[in-house]
Amino acid sequence: MRALVVDDSRTMRRIVAGILERQGFEVLQAEHGEEALAVLEEDDRFDLLCIDWNMPVMDGLELVAAVRKNRQWRNITMMMVTTEAEQSQIVRALAAGAHEYLIKPFTPEELRAKLELLGLVSVKELA
Amino acid sequence: MSLSPDVFTYVADLVQRRAGIQLDAGKEYLVEGRLQPLAKEAGHPRVDAYVRDLRVAERPADVQAVVEALTTNETSFFRDGTPFRLLTEHIVPALRGPNGSLPRLRVWSAACSTGQEPYSIAMTLADCVGPDTSVEIVASDLNTAVLERAAAGEYSRIETNRGLPSSMLVRYFDAEGTGWRVREQLRRQVTFLKHNLLEPPAFGGQFDVVFLRNVLIYFDLPVKRQVLEHVLAAMRPGGFLVLGAAETTIGLDDGWERVPLERGAVYRAVPRVPAWGLPTATSPVPVVLPAARGPLTGAVPRTAPPGVLPHARPAHVPAGVPAPVIRPITPAPVRGETR
Ligand SMILES: C[S@@+](CC[C@H](N)C(=O)[O-])C[C@H]1O[C@@H](n2cnc3c(N)ncnc32)[C@H](O)[C@@H]1O
Repeated sequence: MRALVVDDSRTMRRIVAGILERQGFEVLQAEHGEEALAVLEEDDRFDLLCIDWNMPVMDGLELVAAVRKNRQWRNITMMMVTTEAEQSQIVRALAAGAHEYLIKPFTPEELRAKLELLGLVSVKELA
Repeated sequence: MSLSPDVFTYVADLVQRRAGIQLDAGKEYLVEGRLQPLAKEAGHPRVDAYVRDLRVAERPADVQAVVEALTTNETSFFRDGTPFRLLTEHIVPALRGPNGSLPRLRVWSAACSTGQEPYSIAMTLADCVGPDTSVEIVASDLNTAVLERAAAGEYSRIETNRGLPSSMLVRYFDAEGTGWRVREQLRRQVTFLKHNLLEPPAFGGQFDVVFLRNVLIYFDLPVKRQVLEHVLAAMRPGGFLVLGAAETTIGLDDGWERVPLERGAVYRAVPRVPAWGLPTATSPVPVVLPAARGPLTGAVPRTAPPGVLPHARPAHVPAGVPAPVIRPITPAPVRGETR
């Protein structure tokens, strides 16, 4: 499994990448939407994009829309990971083509639960 | 500081008698941890003293509090995923009439905890049956504290992040405080009732589908049998039972037939009165009940359990009208609610 973490905060990228790596993902990082697109143009074998909303140059919503437009990338799962907590924002992101939405801050378990939901990791039984 | 053996034995026996829940030796830590808050509240620094005190009077409210404290209420939205997909893909289609009709659908979530299960059922059905189907979901639990939470329909972000797709969240919930609340339209479909699975349900039968998930695991064999018998009596023949991933009716009760659907623990109530020419549980076409053609009161054999015989009911009395003694749990008013 490969993931690309797109966030302008280095700390945040590290946190998300760390959790994904512990779930067995190989993780690459990008600082904003445009950089993410450049990475994808180079090599698009990603199962998951974790995308922050507010970033310089190209924001997360634009990135989601750009990835959605390219038919070649339709199998890539996109999850917004953002502090934007308004219900209307979630609706916008999903309408643009994001598959899941995780509000910051979150625990590693919450991120893992989202990965389960997306079928990217196996379901862990509840205690 | 640990629990004395006589106190543990008493509590284990009490919980077994009242709820069927098995507390094996070695669970002393669990009893102590769960009862500590109750003891403190009652002014006892130690659980031992609290229990000995309680034991003298065995006041119903105290007993209920102890039993509730010893239930495990772990749950999540769309838990295990598969059962809800099977509901859409197999169970609902199998319940439709020959012409695809499905006038009503009664579902029972029989150990609903804080409500994630019945609401997940409601969301699933909202997507797979049309306005022509009247959906009724009864959700019950022994624990009144979890029922109140369930009826309020308020969940923290951590709870909604567990198993609930964002697309469902925005369709069926409203942001409230730092969490989310189930929309009224969905809450209205679910009736929450207090019910102990050791007893036959007082809220009528004829359920098409029963979710009985992750609760049999707490019971010993005779209790499992008894519970399954009560559930069977509350179902329509050919109705579907959905168990937890690790649970089975096999070897417990022959009133059920396993439906071979993937890893799903789905069973079907075997019709008990083949003389009426009801199709077998395996027939692809759903059972057409004689009741649909009018009451057959005279033809009802006296030996059959009452719950499986809708036909004994006059046609104008809908099955499953809640007995008057049962009061649905309604949510307490919520702070800051404007609706
Ligand atoms: C682990 S939860 C399962 C919740 C849900 N069905 C699921 O699968 O996620 C078990 C629930 O069973 C309830 N319970 C335990 N014994 C019961 C009994 N005798 N009658 C009714 N409910 C009971 C507990 O209160 C608890 O809420």
